[in-house]
Amino acid sequence: MPSDSIPRPRAHHDLGGVERFLCERIDLSPHTLSDFDREVDALRQVLGQKGIMSVDELRRGIEAIPEEDYLRLGYYQRWLRSIVSILLGKGIISEAELLAALEAA
Amino acid sequence: MPALEPGAKVRVRLDWPEARGPAHIRTPHYVRGREGTVVRALGEFRNPEDLAFARPAPVLPLYHVLFSAKDLWPDTRPEHDVLVELYGSWLEAL
Repeated sequence: MPSDSIPRPRAHHDLGGVERFLCERIDLSPHTLSDFDREVDALRQVLGQKGIMSVDELRRGIEAIPEEDYLRLGYYQRWLRSIVSILLGKGIISEAELLAALEAA
Repeated sequence: MPALEPGAKVRVRLDWPEARGPAHIRTPHYVRGREGTVVRALGEFRNPEDLAFARPAPVLPLYHVLFSAKDLWPDTRPEHDVLVELYGSWLEAL
């Protein structure tokens, strides 16, 4: 770690160079996408093409996920959490619509 | 700030906007306050810190900046370098 004693209030998603990950080997093997992964990706693309939300907003929403959930959720699970949060924030969907859709599923 | 040329020495601003409220920052924590060297200009892009909140976003220059790994992490191997993409708004010319 840097030798100076300046406070460095890193956000929990800002993981580069963080000691706890230094000894973990990166998994470079090819991996397959699940149907869930593809659906979330398609949803994000449609929302981008329609000008409803940008990739930058997606990233902001991912970074806003509380640390405990951030570390627990998978890559596309984080995307979906962000998409839902952004759409609720913009009033594109309502809490009531979201709950009704979840109950119907 | 005028455009930075390759070879220019720069310091990254030691700032933590994420500690003051909702923010989206593309400048990794480990380079803030550190000194590096501009390698090349990568073009101009709208500021993602504003795009992330769907705000009007000014265009900013983006640079490749090279750091010595030992300046970031004293315990690391001295021959390693770290190349980071940084927006001009985060850089102070030295």
